[in-house]
This record gives sequence, structure tokens and C-alpha cells, in this order.
Amino acid sequence: MNIVTLLEMAASADPGRIALGDAVTGFSYRALLDATTRLAGLWETGPPGVVYATVADPVLPIALFAAAWTGRPFAPVSYRLADGPLRAVLRGRSPGHVIADGHPADLARAEDGLRVSTPDETMGALRSAEPTTRPATAGQDEPCVLLHTSGTTGAPKVAVLRHRHLTSYVLGSVEFLSAGTDEATLISVPPYHIAGVAGLLTALYSGRRIVQLPNFDAEEWVRLAGEQRVTHAMVVPTMLARIVAVLERGRRSLPNLRHLSYGGGRMPTPVIERALNLLPHVGFVNGYGLTETTSSVAVLGPDDHRRALAADDPVIRRRLGSVGRPLPAVELVVRDGDGRELPPGVRGELWVRGPQISGEYSHGTVTDADGWFRTRDGGWIDDEGYVFVEGRLDDVIVRGGENLSPGEIEDVLLQHPAVAEAAVVGVPDEQWGEAVAAVIVARPGTEPSAGELRAWVGERLRSSRVPARFAFCSALPRNDLGKLLRRDLRRWFADAAR
Amino acid sequence: MRLRPGSRLRAAASTAEIIVVRAPDDEVDLRCGGAPMLDHDEPAPTAIAEGGDDLLIGKRYSDASGSLEVLVTKGGRGALTVGDEPLAIKAAKALPSSD
Repeated sequence: MNIVTLLEMAASADPGRIALGDAVTGFSYRALLDATTRLAGLWETGPPGVVYATVADPVLPIALFAAAWTGRPFAPVSYRLADGPLRAVLRGRSPGHVIADGHPADLARAEDGLRVSTPDETMGALRSAEPTTRPATAGQDEPCVLLHTSGTTGAPKVAVLRHRHLTSYVLGSVEFLSAGTDEATLISVPPYHIAGVAGLLTALYSGRRIVQLPNFDAEEWVRLAGEQRVTHAMVVPTMLARIVAVLERGRRSLPNLRHLSYGGGRMPTPVIERALNLLPHVGFVNGYGLTETTSSVAVLGPDDHRRALAADDPVIRRRLGSVGRPLPAVELVVRDGDGRELPPGVRGELWVRGPQISGEYSHGTVTDADGWFRTRDGGWIDDEGYVFVEGRLDDVIVRGGENLSPGEIEDVLLQHPAVAEAAVVGVPDEQWGEAVAAVIVARPGTEPSAGELRAWVGERLRSSRVPARFAFCSALPRNDLGKLLRRDLRRWFADAAR
Repeated sequence: MRLRPGSRLRAAASTAEIIVVRAPDDEVDLRCGGAPMLDHDEPAPTAIAEGGDDLLIGKRYSDASGSLEVLVTKGGRGALTVGDEPLAIKAAKALPSSD
């Protein structure tokens, strides 16, 4: 199935429903389909790809569907990249249409083979454009979306998502026009994030109005959620931490919000506990997935959250830190380093399989002969099927033969009243192979000492987990999506040791 | 007929259209309202009955084994069967949205 079918179905079943933008002045499904057919008309000829290199805008879903309609792969790229990497990405996608604004548009204009227009120019051109008369013929095996993965642990790669991956994910996770007409979702992750693409499709298919926030800012997120009566939203962990801070200042609340999902990285337990207590009327959802798995493969739902928060039983309580259970169409198992499946409770690597799993890059596919994709994430599954993700295997600290998960130590440090942010990495050590090193951002007005923090961890975790080294700084190195750049911290410790 | 995931079919005598989500490897005698379904591009041999709500857009149907699953992309008259065996409507998922 081509993703265009999803839009056509919604537009035929409920053409007047508002799909995108303001509840009164936004695009109806009919208008969205009309705009798509006009852009597809403009793109009946011309270069074979589409690059989207700007912030979220109403033209984003129109360009995505028009690309799918005309059989072009759609490549949303980060407009925040430095000039060199952005130029290289643009050059790699030439020849093609480019939608960009400002400086990225200037860079694209300097490249051969790229036809650049701004979002405003693109929307303006639709008014006089003729709708395409050709049907959307690209089959489900054609590439639909190309995503440049963040590459926090290695070189950047281009993940290939075909139509069948995206439509399988949509059909496998939401019901057609199941949303109430008062529901609206706030999309604040950028277009080049898998959740920014998948979230558009699931919202459109379920009939939930899409509100776009072009550049995340916690104050603005809270303001827009109130103004647009937003009922649903998805955020990454750093966004939630900042939203919680705004809400704790107490000037604003989120009375319309019913459902808040988070994913795209490990959520520190203290942050989610504060959010749950601050927003008792909101259902929380933790989604675990990767770009290569076409968004979520496991989900921890609102009832799971409430049950875990209220539980005295530690087995249930700790599920607050799990990613829930796999989606019905997804198989998820834990295997050892030799690829043998491990029983419940035993740590290993997470492997996934299912119709939404791509596991394919522009340079080749990495799924095995049976369709399994290695996530490179460490984790385990409990007796009732709840999946616990411990982070990238590359980040595991191996100290004296014992595998330590940075997240467990970071959670304990974050509970200290003087710690605002904490990151833990392994650093080379002559005695242990690797030693635990922690980088701390202190809360304003506090000066926690290494001795104090060592004692704090030592009271709560086994002694092997107590950081041997501490460093203090004013901000942790993160990429533009808030993902911690652990390799930068490891390099920093290595340089400091010289 | 041989079905493939992604194949689009239409009813012979109503407005109903479907898309195949999952298909077995062997031949399937898929019918709508008793008449074999047609390839999406094939012209209808008889007059099309407008309206009818036997099949609702967005609903998914599967056979007892689960090896065949289809999605209704356009509603219309006529129940879906494989031979004489009716396909069953798939229950809605109770999954919270995660993005």
C-alpha cells in the first residue's frame, strides 16, 4: 500500500474534518488532498527526489504525500547541521526538489541539480497549479522516506523506509478515524526525526488534528497546547524535563491534555515520576523504537504507568522504567552475543522482527535471513513480557568483567537534590579495564562534592557502580534532539587524563 | 486468484474496494456479495449498486487462519467471503498512540 491511500481514505470518509492547523482555519482532509494533488501535478516532471530541509510547516505533509504520489523518495534533513555536513547531505540527494528556507536554502541553491523553493513559494505555486491526473502508482516496495540517522555512536547513515514499512506501522498501531473530533496532537519533534514522520501519518489516519510547533521551546509548547486545546502530544526526554520545569513554576497548566507519549531516548525515572505527579489527569505512554524500526515497537500504556506508580511490589514498580510490551505485529526477543535467545530476566541484546521493521540503509540491508533486526540496544524482558531497555550496547561500561548500565547510575545521581543533570560513561582504567566516570551539572546555587555524591550512590547501589571519577560542568554535550553525546564525554575524560 | 500484499481489488457489483494487507501463498477465491472480486483497474461487468454499509471504510477483515487480511478502502454493499466462508471483522486495537 502507498501512504497516499491513507490520506485518500480519510479524505473520502470525512472530507470536512480538520486535519492540520487551527481548529477553525486549518486544512480539512479535502483541502489537504487537494493541495497534495496540485503539488503532485507540479511534480509530474522534474528531478527524481524530494529533500525537506526546514522546520515543520503545513507544506510538510503536502510535500510528503506529493512525493509519494509521484514515486519520489522523501528525505527530511536537519536544517541545523553545520554548513559542511549539510552541503554533503544536499549534494548526496541531487538531483531533486528541495524545500528549504534561509541559509539552508542558500546552500542548496549553490549545488547543481537541486530545484529550491521555500515553503511559502511552494504553497503559493499550488494556487495556480493543475491537480495531477495520474494515479499514485508507486508500489509498497518503493522507498518512501529516507532518514539520516543521528549517529550518536557512529558515522551517520541513511535509513530507507519503504511504503510497506510505514503503512504496516500505521495499520498496526492505530484505528481509522478513531479519534474524537475534539482531539488534537502537538508535533514538536522535527521533520527529520522518525516520530515527526510517523506521527504525521498516525494522526492523519486516526483523524486527530495536527498542530505543529516549528522549533521546540518549553514555554511556547505549553502556551500552544493551551491555545490549540491540544489533547495528545509526543516529546523526547529532554523536552519533557523542560516542560516539567515550566509547569513547576506554576503559571500555566495543561487542562486539555489527556495523553502524553515520550520516546526517542531513555527517560530518567525521576523526570517521569515528577511529570506523573504534576499531571495526574494525563495518560502517559512510553514508546520504544528506532528509525530503522519505523517508530515504536513496544509501548508502555497509561494503565501500566498508574499501576507501577501506585505499586509497593518492586517487580511492578520498576515497570515505570520499562518500555512496556511489543506491538501485536512485532516480535521482540533478547539474544546473547552469539545470537542465541535468552530466557526472561536475562540481559542481552534486543532483536526485532515484523512488517514495519526496515533495517535497511542506503548502503544495504542489515536484517538477517529470517528478517530479524539487531537493535544494538541492551535489555531484558520480565516474566510478563515487559521490555527493559538499558541503552546502546556501545555505552555499557565493562568494569572488571561486570557489565554496568550508565542509566541505572544516572538515575540515582539525579535523585540527589543538588544534581540537575548527570551523565555516566566508562573510561579506560589499568586495574579494571574500564572505570565509572560521572559528569554532573549542579542545580543553581549548589556545589555538591565528589565525596558527597560517591556516598550517595554507595548507599543505593553496589560498590562497583560508584563513580571513581567526577567532573562538573555547566551543560552536557547533546545533539539538537537532546540526545547525550557520550563519545564526547569519553573523549573529554581521555584528554583530561593526558 | 493470486493475491499479494498491496493488491487493490474492487467488488463486481458495488462500490466496495479493498487493499490486501496479508495474503497466503496459494490461490484465494475472494468474493464480495458472492461475486469474485476484480482487479482494481478492471471494468465492472454489471451495474454498480451505490451505497450499502456491509463493508465500512477503514475496517479490516481476516480469514479464520489469519493468513489473509484485507483493509476496506471504500465502503459498499456485499459481504466478504473466501468461497462461501465469511471473513471476520478484526476487533479494533486498544493501543495507546505513541507518536
